[in-house]
Amino acid sequence: MTTFLRRYPRVVIGGVLLTVLVLLSLFAPCIAPYDPIKLNVAHRLRPPSAEHWFGTDAYGRDVLSRTLWGGQISLTIAVCVSIASTILGTFTGLIAGYFRLMDKIVMRIMDGLMAIPGILLAVAMLSLSKASVQTVVIAITIPEIPRVVRLVRAVVLSLREQTFVEGAVTVGTRAPAIMFRHILPNALTPIVVQATYIAASAVLIEAYLGFLGVGTPPEVPSWGNIIAEGRNFIMLAIWAVLFPGLFLGTMVLAINILGDGIRDMLDPRIAKRL
Amino acid sequence: MFRRLVRPALAFLGLAMLAPVPAPAAEKVLKAVVHADLKILDPTWNTTYITNRYGYVVYDTLFAFNSKFEPKPQMVDKWTVSPDQLAWTFTLRSGLKFHDGAPVTAADCVASLKRWMVRDPMGQLLSARLVELTAVDAATFQMKLKEPYGLMLETLGRPGVPSFVYPEKIASGPINEQIVASIGSGPFMMKRDQWRPGSKVVYVKNPDYVPRAEPPDFMSGGKIPKLDRLEWHYIPDANTAMSALMTGEVDYYELPPMDFIALFKDNPDIGTMVVDPVGVQQLIRPNASFPPFDNFKARQALLHLASQDDYNAAVVGNPDLHMKFCGAYFMCGSDNDTNVGAILKPDLAKAKALLAEAGYKGERIVVLLPTDRPQYAATVTVMVEKLRAIGVKVDLQAADWSTISIRRAKKDPIDKGGWHLFVTGHGGADASTPVSNFWFNSNCDKANAGWACDPVLHRLTVAWANEPDRAKRHAMIPAIQTRAYESVPYVPTGQFYQPVAFRKNVTGILAAGMPVYWNIDKK
Amino acid sequence: MAGFILRRLLSTIPVMLVVAIVVFLLLHLSPGDPAAIIAGDNATDADIEAVRATLGLDKPLLTQFFLWLGALLHGDLGASVFNKIPVWELITQRLEPTLSLAAVTMVFAIAIAIPLGVIAAWKAGTWIDHLIMGIAVLSFSAPVFLIGYGLVYRFARTWRMLPVQGYTPFAEDFSEWWRHLVLPAIALGLVFAALLARMTRSTMLDVLNEDYIRTARAKGLAPPAVLIRHALSNAAVPIVTTIGLGIALLIGGVVVTESVFAIPGIGRLTIEAVTQRDYPVIQGVILIASLVYVLINLAIDVAYAFLDPRIRY
Repeated sequence: MTTFLRRYPRVVIGGVLLTVLVLLSLFAPCIAPYDPIKLNVAHRLRPPSAEHWFGTDAYGRDVLSRTLWGGQISLTIAVCVSIASTILGTFTGLIAGYFRLMDKIVMRIMDGLMAIPGILLAVAMLSLSKASVQTVVIAITIPEIPRVVRLVRAVVLSLREQTFVEGAVTVGTRAPAIMFRHILPNALTPIVVQATYIAASAVLIEAYLGFLGVGTPPEVPSWGNIIAEGRNFIMLAIWAVLFPGLFLGTMVLAINILGDGIRDMLDPRIAKRL
Repeated sequence: MFRRLVRPALAFLGLAMLAPVPAPAAEKVLKAVVHADLKILDPTWNTTYITNRYGYVVYDTLFAFNSKFEPKPQMVDKWTVSPDQLAWTFTLRSGLKFHDGAPVTAADCVASLKRWMVRDPMGQLLSARLVELTAVDAATFQMKLKEPYGLMLETLGRPGVPSFVYPEKIASGPINEQIVASIGSGPFMMKRDQWRPGSKVVYVKNPDYVPRAEPPDFMSGGKIPKLDRLEWHYIPDANTAMSALMTGEVDYYELPPMDFIALFKDNPDIGTMVVDPVGVQQLIRPNASFPPFDNFKARQALLHLASQDDYNAAVVGNPDLHMKFCGAYFMCGSDNDTNVGAILKPDLAKAKALLAEAGYKGERIVVLLPTDRPQYAATVTVMVEKLRAIGVKVDLQAADWSTISIRRAKKDPIDKGGWHLFVTGHGGADASTPVSNFWFNSNCDKANAGWACDPVLHRLTVAWANEPDRAKRHAMIPAIQTRAYESVPYVPTGQFYQPVAFRKNVTGILAAGMPVYWNIDKK
Repeated sequence: MAGFILRRLLSTIPVMLVVAIVVFLLLHLSPGDPAAIIAGDNATDADIEAVRATLGLDKPLLTQFFLWLGALLHGDLGASVFNKIPVWELITQRLEPTLSLAAVTMVFAIAIAIPLGVIAAWKAGTWIDHLIMGIAVLSFSAPVFLIGYGLVYRFARTWRMLPVQGYTPFAEDFSEWWRHLVLPAIALGLVFAALLARMTRSTMLDVLNEDYIRTARAKGLAPPAVLIRHALSNAAVPIVTTIGLGIALLIGGVVVTESVFAIPGIGRLTIEAVTQRDYPVIQGVILIASLVYVLINLAIDVAYAFLDPRIRY
């Protein structure tokens, strides 16, 4: 364990931070002192106290409870976006990289999607559809897909030329088998690293969308919309923004550090020089 | 430690030395933060508040209300009415000029009124009685009616869709094409070349404006432009706007969020003032076309969910800024203020029983929650919590205000995008009468979204409008209101006051019912 | 070379077509439309329907698309449905603040990120490296608006050194222009600088491990000379790529930053247009932003061909 810590400190630091945050969010129903959506307007905008550790917001809701519950939503969004964009992107990338015919068409579409600024696309999609956790996931996922596709395609293109793949082709192995048995395992490292970075950026983008007023619906507390609601009162009740903001920043930080750590761990070429 | 290091570093970068240079005192410029972005320049065609206020800056009206909601002449000098109440003659004040230098004539008024009548609901009432509307000479025009119309001056002076006067060639265009020019005869002139949609509107003093001699009273009296230049800044982020006011980057803030008002109390540089003495009424609107709210009992149940204090605490916060209780449908403090018939007591058991009587059996109730109107959202939040407490299965559907405006207008069944409840607000003179109160209209399919339906109530309001005598009209209000609390076109959830905030060197702000910019001066 | 540039230019056409289709469908398949907003908060159904007809929103979808595309090919982006100002004019009005913010941010980010990245690579593994990379990952993780509010609170509200909000055109007053941009550029630039510093460090590490650098070091060349003359010039290509990719990040950040600091730029134009369903403006802005992105990346591709003689097309 100590050697692991010494060799991969980032995996440990990032991992521990992330685990703590995930556990806090998962057990929010047990540890949150109040109902996150229960109003108590008599207690609005109270500063942090023994009763409300993180104070209360403009409707008198407990900021600590909301922050813990909000973690669930923000985490769910991060995980869903990360998995969805990675799977869709990997699949599309494999096809684009393997089949020359598809490559041109798929990559033009991806170029098109990538050219649209992600936040603008997401804002447009969200403000035009019914706000829900699902729509937020979709709106963040779509702009992320092209990046995964490009990455996977590049890996596939370089692997195609390798002897073991050419060998398999000559023996007559069918395309799906080559893709999933020979190419995908070798592309896994960069994909996993990319997936963690996507998770980190999904947490941030969710917050930006909330900030711009188009995120998850107000009755579903996520870090994004807790901050979005609190920002109108930032001069009166900084705690309603500060604490969820700290959780948000720490979460992104933890995932980024973990991502760096995993990259170093799985790619010894980089790790060696550190 | 931090300060010791950072300040010299900034000084080194030349930042600290470039302190703001005060503007030269020669020109009086007021920088006002307005509540919305001015997008449309046609205040007859478009009734959003920002366009309406633009109208009052650039244009002038024939009549205007004083603080007692009595219509007083504004552009009009004298008027006469025949004994049979069928012929009205109006004469304009002399010396009125448009911004392009052309004199304001009776022909301009006639064309403007004709355009306005199509659009304004009260103008339509007038239009239905109209035989002819003609210019007699350059300064005089005449209206001939089929039958007497008691609300003539109220109609011409009301602030909802004001009868602004445009130049004839502009006003004679079709009503469906919005006016994009900005040639009025009002106290300020818009600088089109400096207009930055989404950010800034610039006006300058109209040097030719001839104000009335009377002192200003509400919207009536002398509208003297005292500023050389008026800038409307649109700053959507409230914190940024607040900071800008505190540092003196702007002078006036039209719609500071309620919670900030307390913050200004101890600030020696900043004052606040309520410019709308009547205030804003928020309301819950049920959809009368579908069960359970097609039943009066279900609508009555909504009266017993929470007290106005509960709603106001969430919407306003500061108890100095809302009414303790206001059961008047037509605004407390207005001419038609009465609490007769008002039943608004929180009683969840009763609410539950009334809903059950109306046949509610746990079906899904769709509530529309606006994401970008925090005051409406606060009312919705309180209401939904109470509805859930009495076992109503609430389906809260969040969307921005524009989407809600479209959805609420459609009478679709619930499973096809329809709705049961939403929250909105209105205020001022418009909300203060049974006819002009838009959400009070209970004319079934012809009523606005929600289609409140009560033929009895509708008959009562029509009778009110047809009564020419002000005192007799007044006596009819209690009966109207008592009936309204039976059929509940909407639930009034409270009335509150929205102050403006300003730097203390700004003087002469008028309580005109809305932010107006004449008479304001800056030291 | 000319053939290569021409081919790349032609390849942007299908890309832009994809963008156009995506943007159009996105808007017109959505439930809201601008008619209700134009008609006002207290409009009746009939009012809204009348407005919808005057805007042509009652026509079939395909007709609307080809009408729009046809106009587009003539260089006509349409006009705002609200104030009737041509979209192109609205965009050009808003271009200067956004470009100024982007440029100042970029210069600020490059000016701090590249030296720090180079130092971190040079001192790889030491506490200096860890410190720099730690700060980088921190600023990479902080939400732009929190940094923005923090800066406003300190520098503008408490110390009154810099303005809270707004923008002054460059030509009107240079020092005011600069003062209005400092805080937004820092708020936005930190994230970008963090990304760039990380990328600079890792490419520098790659280059520093190359044989010729080892040789140069062994020959006893002074470290700065090795770093700048040999290593940095060879690391230029990947760093330029990062800058290009970062444009997308920058555009996203600009939207948020403009809203915090009330800068009347393209980002705020878009957000307002979106919330008001001003279709021509949304379509126009996204189209132009995408075109800018495509053209910048095209320019970077072309720059490669010059910078790196090994790349041949």
